[in-house]
Amino acid sequence: MSNLMTNYYEAAAVILFGIGFMNLLLAKNLIKKFIGLNIMDTAVYLFLAAKGYITARAAPIIAQGTAARVEDYINPVPSGLVLTGIVVSVSVTAFSLALVQRLYKHYGSLDLDEIMKKAKKEEKV
Amino acid sequence: MLIENLLLLFLIVCAILVSITKRLLRAVILFTAYSVVLSIIWIFLQAPDLAITEAAVGTGVTTILFFLTLKKVNEIKGTDDK
Amino acid sequence: MINEKKEKSKWQHFVDWVNGEEAIERPKKISLQKINKKKLIILIRKYIWSRRKKTALHLIMCTFACMVFIGILLHTVSTLPYFGGSTNPASNEVVERYIESGVEETGASNIVTAMILEYRAFDTFGESCILFLAVICVVMLLKKDAAEETEEEKAFDQEEENVILKKVANILTPLLFLFGCYVILNGHISPGGGFSGGAIMGAGLILYACVNGQKSVQRFFTYKTFLRINVISLLAYGILKGYSFFAGANHLPDVIPKGTGWDLLSGGLILPLNICVGMIVMCTVYGFYALFTKGDI
Repeated sequence: MSNLMTNYYEAAAVILFGIGFMNLLLAKNLIKKFIGLNIMDTAVYLFLAAKGYITARAAPIIAQGTAARVEDYINPVPSGLVLTGIVVSVSVTAFSLALVQRLYKHYGSLDLDEIMKKAKKEEKV
Repeated sequence: MLIENLLLLFLIVCAILVSITKRLLRAVILFTAYSVVLSIIWIFLQAPDLAITEAAVGTGVTTILFFLTLKKVNEIKGTDDK
Repeated sequence: MINEKKEKSKWQHFVDWVNGEEAIERPKKISLQKINKKKLIILIRKYIWSRRKKTALHLIMCTFACMVFIGILLHTVSTLPYFGGSTNPASNEVVERYIESGVEETGASNIVTAMILEYRAFDTFGESCILFLAVICVVMLLKKDAAEETEEEKAFDQEEENVILKKVANILTPLLFLFGCYVILNGHISPGGGFSGGAIMGAGLILYACVNGQKSVQRFFTYKTFLRINVISLLAYGILKGYSFFAGANHLPDVIPKGTGWDLLSGGLILPLNICVGMIVMCTVYGFYALFTKGDI
């Protein structure tokens, strides 16, 4: 338990991941599902960035006129990975929302159960 | 330390509210608040690159896309999530 | 139909539901007078798999599964190395190399930019391709074929009538562009870079389109310009980085000098690559907006 209090960023990230996953499973509405997916994304980024943080060290931007020593700066690798991930997640969101718009145009609903029912009916015809 | 804990708590509360709220518009606005607070947290984690990107991409562009989709599917007047 | 349902076991129902083959149906209301024993059994079965029961079961099972999931992950977190410790396994010799010789090798003082555009530039190239692919997929899904417009789509062409909003937006748009250019050009010496600067410039374009109508953006930003900027930026990125790949990881030292550190013109290839990425992101962001509103750029 005391470890959880020390690793509070990671604990919060894991809880957020669980909430997003629950949202993805439970919500019937497609838009809410995608908000849940986005929350899961950001939870993973929070976890990665928290793993790269080192107490009492500065952001990895080398100050002018000083020698670059590794003892002064935090880990830059997770920041780079997360920077890539944020932009990819927005393109995934845009693509999925475009799919949602097409589904709404065709079936007139955002409810996944209703869409499935109508799709089944169409298949039978 | 305290403010970081409060911000993380705010994130969790926002995420729970997103999953239990009935209105789609409210869910999108809560998600925007979530993104803004997350971009403050990046500053605390000493990642200013991520803070700028999250503020521009996560808060700006994602919210615009969600709102435009809500407008296209006629949910913006506040119909319930059945 | 009823016989079929009878033969299915609960497990089969569950498997069908997981596979998404069985739609959840409401039970039909049957008057209570004509029920004999056989029908009663069928009714009870239907009730067990009825919508309300099923959603309740679904909810409880999902919540339970997620709680167990969170518990397992929390247990894992409690055994991880301490948050903020300097001896974490993540901060190994790779980080040391990046920080201590990053400025010398790449000329960029922002190590994150140096990493994503110099040491791992092909990763960013793939990511730019993902952005391009995403916008092309959205074009395929949402671009209209017919020329006629509905009333709703015409509304996006109208100018904003609110004078205050219009004036403020017209003042803000060039400032947003200026800030976006600043963020892109200073990506290697301060926080920022192609992704954030491109998104800011895209937001400026979106603001302009919101207030002045999309027709006014189409005067200088058509589908053709969109495709040209995107493809030229991607090709330029690929050629600039591909050259250093074939030349044995040597960059273009004669063509683009590395410059002195902490200057605007330092970092060698990083500045042009940042501009390429910024252009791609700007086009993508505005492309998403235009396709989501009118279905046409």
